[in-house]
Amino acid sequence: MQEYLLLLVATAVVNNVVLVKFLGLCPFMGTSNKVDTAIGMGMATTFVLTLSAVLAWAIESFLLVPFELAFLRTLTFILVIAAVVQFTEMAVRRISPVLYQTLGIFLPLITTNCAVLGVALLNVQEGHTFVESMLYGFGSALGFSVILVVFAGLRERLALAEVPAAFAGAPIGFVTAGLLSLAFMGFAGMSAG
Amino acid sequence: MKLFRIRGGVHPEYRKELASEKAIVAMPLPRLLRVPLQQHVGAPAEPVVAIGDTVGKGQLIARAQGAVSAPVHAPTSGAVVDIANLTAPHPSGLPQRTIVIESDGRDAWAELPPPIEDPLSASPREIARRVGECGIVGLGGATFPAAVKLDLRSRHELDILVMNGAECEPYLTCDDRLMRERAPEIIDGVRIMAHALGVDRVIIAIESNKPQALESMTRAAAGVANLSVIGIPTRYPMGSERHLVQALTGRETPARQLTADIGVVVHNVGTAHAVHQAVRYGRPLISRVVTVSGHGVCEPGNVEVPLGTMVSELIAFRGGLTEEAPRLLTGGPMMGQPLPSLDVPVIKGTSGILALTKEETRIQPAQACIRCGSCVSACPVGLVPVDMVALVRKDNLDEAAAAGVMDCISCGSCAYICPAHIPLVQYFNYAKGRLNAIQRDEQKRDRVKRLVEARAARMAKLAEAKRAAMAARKAAAAPPKPDPDSPPAAAQ
Amino acid sequence: MLTAVGSLAMLGVTFGTLLGIASRYLRVDENPLEAELEALLPGSQCGQCGFAGCKQAASALAAGQAKPTLCPPGGRALAAALAERLGVSVDLSDTEELEPEVAFVNEDICIGCMRCLQDCSSDALVGGPKQIHTVITDICHGCGKCAKVCPTEAIEMRPVPITLANWHWHKPDPRQYMN
Repeated sequence: MQEYLLLLVATAVVNNVVLVKFLGLCPFMGTSNKVDTAIGMGMATTFVLTLSAVLAWAIESFLLVPFELAFLRTLTFILVIAAVVQFTEMAVRRISPVLYQTLGIFLPLITTNCAVLGVALLNVQEGHTFVESMLYGFGSALGFSVILVVFAGLRERLALAEVPAAFAGAPIGFVTAGLLSLAFMGFAGMSAG
Repeated sequence: MKLFRIRGGVHPEYRKELASEKAIVAMPLPRLLRVPLQQHVGAPAEPVVAIGDTVGKGQLIARAQGAVSAPVHAPTSGAVVDIANLTAPHPSGLPQRTIVIESDGRDAWAELPPPIEDPLSASPREIARRVGECGIVGLGGATFPAAVKLDLRSRHELDILVMNGAECEPYLTCDDRLMRERAPEIIDGVRIMAHALGVDRVIIAIESNKPQALESMTRAAAGVANLSVIGIPTRYPMGSERHLVQALTGRETPARQLTADIGVVVHNVGTAHAVHQAVRYGRPLISRVVTVSGHGVCEPGNVEVPLGTMVSELIAFRGGLTEEAPRLLTGGPMMGQPLPSLDVPVIKGTSGILALTKEETRIQPAQACIRCGSCVSACPVGLVPVDMVALVRKDNLDEAAAAGVMDCISCGSCAYICPAHIPLVQYFNYAKGRLNAIQRDEQKRDRVKRLVEARAARMAKLAEAKRAAMAARKAAAAPPKPDPDSPPAAAQ
Repeated sequence: MLTAVGSLAMLGVTFGTLLGIASRYLRVDENPLEAELEALLPGSQCGQCGFAGCKQAASALAAGQAKPTLCPPGGRALAAALAERLGVSVDLSDTEELEPEVAFVNEDICIGCMRCLQDCSSDALVGGPKQIHTVITDICHGCGKCAKVCPTEAIEMRPVPITLANWHWHKPDPRQYMN
């Protein structure tokens, strides 16, 4: 039980997928202009990441390994992720048309979010069990969502400040993200994970 | 009596010593008096005199329009020489309709309504009607029609009347002198208003920096039941009615509601004096005490000025200006409005005319916000000026409204305390003005939409009626169709 | 080889079927886009957009045949709102924020012909035959149709007059204050 909790914390905070592993930067910069958008994006990505991590593990364990089809891993993982994102898109459109409109192109772009594929592949690399895979996926997504919302809050404040014209918008955003990343590097060495 | 703390606030220098020891002097009658038709909150009054008419002192010259309005009376006897659009004592410098009266020098009273015998047994309605007829408005500067405020008992449960003798603005001393010199009259007016409102308790609140006024009012109020004169801590904006009520009763007025909603009505002590004059003598509001102060005036002092006197004449009466182009304000330095020029009249809401030199105003260039948060500590309403001004600067007015800018009372505490000299309250005045303008535009759009739809429906109905009429006419004009069964009518 | 192709094909078919079923249950009915757009427009049927009325303009917008900047009285705010609803981007830099105008009848020139009254969509013009016409500025929405049809050019469009009732402070200019 304790090692599951540790895994969750390590994935969410210590080895944060955005700030430490530098995965998923495209939606990170793209949807962090407003806190509301960021919350929606975080929830969508959490759903996709967790589900695809689990499905990817299942396909790896029951299809690829028994039939020695390891070379098909990337292909099948992408297939799974694309299908899950399609499903998520339909669900979001039904549940909240406003969120669907706000997220725009970034919702289908979760497919190309390297964090999603990265987590699925890392699960295989680390040889996680079913529960560990699920927690790994959920933890990464949790870390992604939290940092996304925090960053959105920072960017909303930055928009009100007197930023020099050359830096306004994305450049100061990246500088801030870099500083956030520096802060999170302080967690390094805190856990064995 | 237990007093409560108010949130925020600042401690500007009093600077009242310039005028506080100067007794009230009467201004000699000027030759021309320019009396604007809107000196109050609400609809402007409508003239009932024409050019060439002779009027007596205190005669009605303009009638109140609608429920929230006040009449206007002639400040002296003479002739109406003009009804024109003249510059208003307003920072915009825009004109407003004004009646110009030329004094005949006799200063003779017109026929006044009779004094109300024994007002403390008269009906509240009668008192309110007399107060309304005499054009009395809130003399603290808000100029809200006093009769409407006296009528609040019909819609609210009231238990306390608070008389505002705080006068928290620096430089101003008109209420102070009034309380020192005319305390018995004020107390009489207070008792009449308390009776009209039907309240159990009256509290007269005077800031602790006016010890003589406290003593004078306490003496005059001795022996009156349920009336207490209380000294309150000196802090700006203690004179703001919501904060006064909170300091005295601990009750905080909810946003966008009146103090009457929590059972308290607040009136200015000057208003009480005017009520005394109206009820005991039938005299309408035709003059008021104005503090002329600032180092830009040769002889600061407190003057009883007939309404409609030009500010230039008032300043000349006090020795003129000491230097070129001082900063001219009507009201106090914190919330007062800049005057467009000296050629504007004194009106019911003019509590003070200030001519401030450069040393007194100390305008400094603004610098970048250092997010120190002093403005947050100073705001008496509990808003966050540092966030609101960032939003207003980026023209994000909707979010500024969500942050509460419409609840700002424009007291100026934030701008006063800001170490970077950022014009905070000026940004909020702009935001409030712009948001009100947007709301007015939306209401106009809705109105227009309704009218357009109504007109379209009317046109459709007319067209339909026309079609029906035409069809009926055609049916009547056409020859009857021959019946195929019966034989044709024999030709005669 | 066969297993690879087969398993991929099976995966594809499985996911495709599942998505197909999901799409049927999660179907979203098309929003009444036209009605929403029409609600955003001012509704004064002024015709400055070139269409007969606001309803026709909304249809054109929904069909993508008109730009979000089509409505002058709505200004930049409306163009931005329409663009957001349609999900298109719009360049607002070249749209002028038009000063709102109201009509004004020059009483010396007006002959009382009633032609302007017939065109005013919000009944802002009042008058009778051979009698002076005037404008109720509170409801005039500045479309300018009356000015165009007046045979004696007695009507001109003027900016809304600023009075004590609608004046407000201007935004503090940072350059004036900043060091």
